[in-house]
Amino acid sequence: MTTENIKSEAAKPEEFASQEYEAGFVTDIEMETLPPGLDDDVIRHISAVKNEPEWMLNWRLEAFHHWQTMSEPTWAHVDFEPMDYQSISYYSAPKSAADGPQSLEEVDPKLLETYEKLGIPLREQEWLAGVAVDAVFDSVSVATTFKEKLKEVGVIFCPISEAIRDYPELVQQYLGSVVPQGDNFFAALNSAVFTDGSFVFIPKGVRSPMELSTYFRINAMNTGQFERTLIIAEEGSYVSYLEGCTAPQRDENQLHAAVVELVALDDAQIKYSTVQNWYPGDENGVGGIYNFVTKRADCRGARSKVSWTQVETGSAITWKYPSCILRGDGSVGEFYSVALTKMCQQADTGTKMIHIGKNTSSTIVSKGIAAGKGNQSYRGLVRIGKNADGARNYTQCDSLLIGDQCGAHTFPYVEVSNPSATMEHEATTSRIGEDQLFYCLQRGISEEDAVNLIVNGFCKDVFNELPMEFAVEANRLMAVSLEGAVG
Amino acid sequence: MLKIENLHASVDGKKILKGINLEVGAGQVHAIMGPNGSGKSTLSNVIAGRDGYEITAGSVTYHGKNLLEMSPEERAWEGVFLAFQYPVEIPGVNNVYLLKAGVNAKRKHMGLPELDAMDFMHIVKEKAALVELDQSFLSRGVNEGFSGGEKKRNEIFQMAVLEPSLAILDETDSGLDIDALRIVANGVNKLRSPERSIVMVTHYQRLLDYIEPDVVHVLVDGKVLKSGDKSLALELEERGYDWVREEVAA
Repeated sequence: MTTENIKSEAAKPEEFASQEYEAGFVTDIEMETLPPGLDDDVIRHISAVKNEPEWMLNWRLEAFHHWQTMSEPTWAHVDFEPMDYQSISYYSAPKSAADGPQSLEEVDPKLLETYEKLGIPLREQEWLAGVAVDAVFDSVSVATTFKEKLKEVGVIFCPISEAIRDYPELVQQYLGSVVPQGDNFFAALNSAVFTDGSFVFIPKGVRSPMELSTYFRINAMNTGQFERTLIIAEEGSYVSYLEGCTAPQRDENQLHAAVVELVALDDAQIKYSTVQNWYPGDENGVGGIYNFVTKRADCRGARSKVSWTQVETGSAITWKYPSCILRGDGSVGEFYSVALTKMCQQADTGTKMIHIGKNTSSTIVSKGIAAGKGNQSYRGLVRIGKNADGARNYTQCDSLLIGDQCGAHTFPYVEVSNPSATMEHEATTSRIGEDQLFYCLQRGISEEDAVNLIVNGFCKDVFNELPMEFAVEANRLMAVSLEGAVG
Repeated sequence: MLKIENLHASVDGKKILKGINLEVGAGQVHAIMGPNGSGKSTLSNVIAGRDGYEITAGSVTYHGKNLLEMSPEERAWEGVFLAFQYPVEIPGVNNVYLLKAGVNAKRKHMGLPELDAMDFMHIVKEKAALVELDQSFLSRGVNEGFSGGEKKRNEIFQMAVLEPSLAILDETDSGLDIDALRIVANGVNKLRSPERSIVMVTHYQRLLDYIEPDVVHVLVDGKVLKSGDKSLALELEERGYDWVREEVAA
């Protein structure tokens, strides 16, 4: 293991810290919220509210009892006060969702207004983009569109609570098969209390006729958000899944501990793209989302392929390692990441590529940008098992520093137990050079535009992997995040 | 047009320019020659407004305006262009995209409507031909993986697109082979016009064989020691710089 610990020296950077959060507003909707605290009764309550079968409740309780024996991980390169899990409320639902709106017309207009403010008008998306949206507002899914069209080809795309009731055998077969209940502290907590998330099933040989998209949004004081997503791609199928997030401005830290499980069978392909822009806290490090997420894909089938692409600009603390278990022979795992930390944001993110099958290959491209007092680490593991003949990995980690108070760190772990493996690793750390900036200024480009230009150029390899709509959003997001950076 | 009076500048407390006087009229081409460390690049950077130079005395006026009060981008909008001695690479940033951002910023400053992508590409293709720049260079990252000669051609191409009224070419000939030098020089010659002043900073007389200057200045130890016509460059080529120092000292 090597550790690079680089502090940048350039000037002009403090202003990066002061970019205000654009999506900071609060929707006034009556919430149905459990009092803070967590015990067996709370879990029974959640399960009952969701109308869950007995096996699901037992699965949750099992996870909870396991969680009680665990403690918070401390190995990540992040710093925060220990959390009081008994002070968190574990269930909150928009009231109007209690009787279950059947269409957008039945949805609380205030909710729709929220989406308008965020620039994600559901209706327009229906008409224009052809993207089915399973919108999660706090803990209950309020709108799922294009369901019928998907159903025609046999694709299931629904809230996971619905799947537990309607497709119990699928859920039972796959839930926890990639991320077991006791996998880690936050995954165990999620398994006990998850309230919603998405379920996707792509049957054999089917190519999903549209990109599936879910917008998550946290909107309640002191309520943790525990999403559970399960995507199953059967033999020879293909799906592209988009996940995007924003959150209103808050002073309280909000815990988000999601679990995402992907299963790809023979020749199946899953493309999972995330744009994450949760409230990062203010410039003094007060408030902001804690994003402790477990995302893992099981490339179970031969020649299966999973591609993670993420653009992480939000959250006070990010702890996230979308991973691939390359079990099937010839399976492929990819991880493309842009992470931006500014103000007092901290991110410890990366990936794990576990090569088990023969001739498996993985690609890791990680781009970290640190500004203000932002601190970030790339942490990645590439493990080549002893039977993984002919495994290949390519890793590229680049860090870009803006200012002299930020930090970038790289923790690449490599474990090779098979001599036939081919490993390539490239890492660079650079500052936005004074000479690059001056070059742009001399061509008549303002300093702010120049920084955006340089940063977007730096991220290009990753943005190229995003679906079109997201690529545009990502560019905008970077510009907004870096606004007021120089003055 | 450009008027520099008694300009003193230092870097980290070290005096580099020690009283430069220079006047460049509209449509003129001036060559500034001098040995290493004489302050040629410092002069270019000070005119363009690069950070890190302290102006301790003197003035630079351009079109009657005080250039030293303007930010680098304002100077660019006013028509100042610097062809860099070492053009930087900006990975992932499309060459044409950068230029379009520059051109539109300037147009905005001048109160003109921004050019759309179609109009802009039209201009770009026409100008690329001036320096025989292959179209494939247009869509590549700024100077990314360009050879030394390609980078210099790209600078002159940018100059052609941005249409400055004052162009400073900082050792644009250095690192070029004869063919590349000819192409770059032809490009510059095509850009000569009665409204455009050009200041060429160079070590070598050979550039002046291709681009004929109206005036040649000899810069030694932060001062313009001697000015003359083209024949001065030939004399420098033959005799070096020492005789100029001696002549002034005498």
